[in-house]
Amino acid sequence: MTAAVVTPYTVPVGMMDALQITILVLVAAGATAVVLVRDRVRQVVVLSVYGILLAVLFLAFQAPDVTLSELTVGAVALPIVLLLALAKVRKKEE
Amino acid sequence: MTPTQRRWVFLAGVAGLVAFYLWGLLGLPGFGNYPGPYGFVINRVAVAQTNATGVVSAVNFDYRGFDTVGEEFILFAAAAGVATVLRRLRGERERPAVDEAADRNVPPTSGAVRMVALLFTGPLVVVGWWLASHAQANPSGGFQGGVVLASAFILIYLAGEFLVFKRFSPVDVTDAVEAVGAGGFAAVGVAAVGLGLAYLTNFLDKGQFYGSVSSSGTIALISFFVGLEVAAAFIMIIAELLEQTLFIRGGG
Repeated sequence: MTAAVVTPYTVPVGMMDALQITILVLVAAGATAVVLVRDRVRQVVVLSVYGILLAVLFLAFQAPDVTLSELTVGAVALPIVLLLALAKVRKKEE
Repeated sequence: MTPTQRRWVFLAGVAGLVAFYLWGLLGLPGFGNYPGPYGFVINRVAVAQTNATGVVSAVNFDYRGFDTVGEEFILFAAAAGVATVLRRLRGERERPAVDEAADRNVPPTSGAVRMVALLFTGPLVVVGWWLASHAQANPSGGFQGGVVLASAFILIYLAGEFLVFKRFSPVDVTDAVEAVGAGGFAAVGVAAVGLGLAYLTNFLDKGQFYGSVSSSGTIALISFFVGLEVAAAFIMIIAELLEQTLFIRGGG
């Protein structure tokens, strides 16, 4: 066990735990919400919000590089791909 | 099989899954407990060896560069696959969507959306390049930077229309940039072989100061190429999907 390194970015241990537990609960709620929404277009929007929650989760677990990836892919790129696919399918159905 | 029997088969399966899952959970190391020596070794030597303070980038583009080449070509193959599957098929024709309800009023893009999109396009390009070119100093990298760059082009589509998007990202240019990005990464690796070193050895001068833009040798260079490849691949995928949705109509 090495001594704790104190940097300007160091957060007290108890606060970090609280943050991690909070975001874990939020992510669980978000994932459930994605499954429960039945309207497809709305589901994509909820999925995008879920992507942002996941990004915060990665930040709270000290993986800022994964946060950046999740923020751009999960909250922006994936919803756009899904929305475009939905638009195409809806046109076929009409 | 009756519904009752079916339910029992299902319940037996679920019970088995739950049992194995819980068993697996019990064998996990404790929360936040890292058992392996490898990460500690990297943490100790990486900055001194590579002059990169973005140790994640040092691992991705140097120590485990070979893995990242594989990932790079997964994305390359995925983009090529999308372009192949979504190409115009025989019997499909290309024409803009015709409004079949002529009396319907299609609202134009709202001023707020245009404003926000235009305001953010420039900063996104800057942030994207910054992320892709500072992988050696920050917890970022070519992948993150590339996707941010691509989303700047999506904003152009949001603010204007598809034709403007196409003018800013012509297919030939996007294809060429993607090829240069993917090929550049592989070529950096081959260059090391040419010097008599192992594939993807970090052979460039690593600079005087750790964490500066010009330091870290091939890590910065590879990150730059990854940024090009990822941005082009994402723009290509989105463009193909947009074209499929807006222009290509079923046969008949």
